[in-house]
Amino acid sequence: MALPRIGVLALQGAVDLHVHALERLGVETVEVRRAEHLARVDGLVLPGGESSTISKLLVINELFEPLAQRLNDGMPAFGTCAGMIMLASEILDGRDDQLSFGAIDISVRRNAFGRQIDSFETDLSVIGLPEAPVHAVFIRAPVVERVGPEVEILAAVEEGQPVACRQGNVLVTSFHPELSPDLRLHELFIKGMAG
Amino acid sequence: MADLTPGIISRTTGTDLVKRGLADMLKGGVIMDVVDPAQAKIAEDAGAVAVMALERVPSDIRRDGGVARMSDPEMIQGIQEVVSIPVMAKARIGHIAEAQILQALQVDYIDESEVLTPADEAHHIDKWAFDVPFVCGATNLGEALRRISEGACMIRSKGEAGTGNVVEAVRHLRSILGDIRKITTADQAELFDWAKRLQAPLPLVQEIAETGTLPVPMFCAGGIATPADASLVMQLGAQAVFVGSGIFKSSDPSLMAKAIVEATANYLDPDILAKVSRGLGDAMPGLEIGTLETKLSERGW
Repeated sequence: MALPRIGVLALQGAVDLHVHALERLGVETVEVRRAEHLARVDGLVLPGGESSTISKLLVINELFEPLAQRLNDGMPAFGTCAGMIMLASEILDGRDDQLSFGAIDISVRRNAFGRQIDSFETDLSVIGLPEAPVHAVFIRAPVVERVGPEVEILAAVEEGQPVACRQGNVLVTSFHPELSPDLRLHELFIKGMAG
Repeated sequence: MADLTPGIISRTTGTDLVKRGLADMLKGGVIMDVVDPAQAKIAEDAGAVAVMALERVPSDIRRDGGVARMSDPEMIQGIQEVVSIPVMAKARIGHIAEAQILQALQVDYIDESEVLTPADEAHHIDKWAFDVPFVCGATNLGEALRRISEGACMIRSKGEAGTGNVVEAVRHLRSILGDIRKITTADQAELFDWAKRLQAPLPLVQEIAETGTLPVPMFCAGGIATPADASLVMQLGAQAVFVGSGIFKSSDPSLMAKAIVEATANYLDPDILAKVSRGLGDAMPGLEIGTLETKLSERGW
C-alpha cells in the first residue's frame, strides 16, 4: 500500500519536529499554511505550540473553514498538546475567542498541570503499544476532563486524567511524541488512517 | 477506564528535554515585551505566543539610563493573572538571586539579559541549577555555545535592543548561522581549531558538525520594529521573534502586534507581508547604531 501524504499544520509551533518524525517513517509531508496546501493531504498533524495563537492564525489565513470541512468529511488527524486542544469539542480555561474543531468528543483543560516549572517527563502505558511504555514529555500540558461515549482512552497519568484518546481516525495526546525518538504514536496514527 | 493500567511510574521535572521543549513550542511565534497587565492583554489578544515582563522597554532604559534591574514581582504576578500564554521575565547577567526570585514566582522562562545592567562582569548564571529554563543572548557562535554549556535552553540574537534598528540582529544571526554552516563542512582536525577560536566546548562544536544546527532553538531579538523586519530575520534562519520596544513604542500597538504575528507566521509569503504592512501608522523611532553611547550587545562574555 502506498504511504499516505500527511500535512503538518505549519502556522506556529513545533512543526519541524513533526515533519522530521514523519520523514523518518518514510512518509511524504506537506507544510499546511493555506487552503491549497490542505487540498493535497490525506491526513493532518496538528502540532504543539500556543493554541490561542494558532486559533487566531487559522482564521487570519482563511484555513479554519476549509479545515473544519475536511475534518467533518472524515480526514484523519493527530493532535499533540495544542493540537489536541484544537481538535477537542470543548476547551476549558481557554480564551473566549479561541476556536476548536470538535473532531473528537472530549473536553480539554488548558495548562492543567500548571506552569512550566511543573512540566514533566514520565513513562506511560499506552493501549495498542504493548511492547514497552512510551516516554512522554508534558509541557504546560492540557488534560482531558470528559470523554464522549465514542472515545477510547489510550493512556492516563492518574485516575480521571486521560492524556491520550482516539475516536475513529482522530488521535490526540496531551504530551509531545515529537520530542522523543520513539515513533510509535506517529505509526499508530498512520495505521489508523487506513482503517 | 477500568481496563487501563495506571500509567504513572514517576514524574521528572526540570529536565533538559522539558526545558528545551517549551522553546520548541514557541517556534514560529512572537514574544512581546510588556510592562503592565494591560499591555500583556493587548499582546495576547494580538496572538503573541508569550510575553516578556519587564519594568521599562529597552528604548526607555536607553533613554533614562541608570541601573536596570529585575521587575517588581507584583507586576510580574499581575501579568501572570491576566494572560494564559507563557510569561517570561529578565534577570541581570550573573544575578543568581534575581533568577531565584523569578523561579519562585514560577515564570515560564528567565532571560539572563544584557538589556538589564550586568551584576557580574565575569560570570553568567549557572543555569543548570534551575528548573525553570533560561534564554540568553549571543552575538556570535562562541557566545551562544558558552551560554548553552552554562545551561541555556534557548539562544536569541542580542541585536541592539531599543533602537528599532535591525542591523545588529542581522549581523548576529548571519555570524552564528554562517559559522554553523562552515562547521558542517570542517574535518575532524579543523573542529579542534573551531573550538579554540570560538572559545567553546569541543563536544558542542562536534555536535554541530554532526547535526548542522544549534542543540537548542535559535530565536531573534533586538531592533525588530516592523512586519518586514520579522520576515527578514525568519528568512535568515531565526525560529521565532522577540519584539521589545517595537510594539508599544509604535503609534498603534495593537495593530502593529497583530501585523508582526501574521508576518512571522507567513514570513515567506510577500503577498501577505504586503497586506499586513499597510496602514500601520508610525513604527517606533529608530536610532543609528553609530550614534549610540551604550551598546547593550557588548554586555556579556
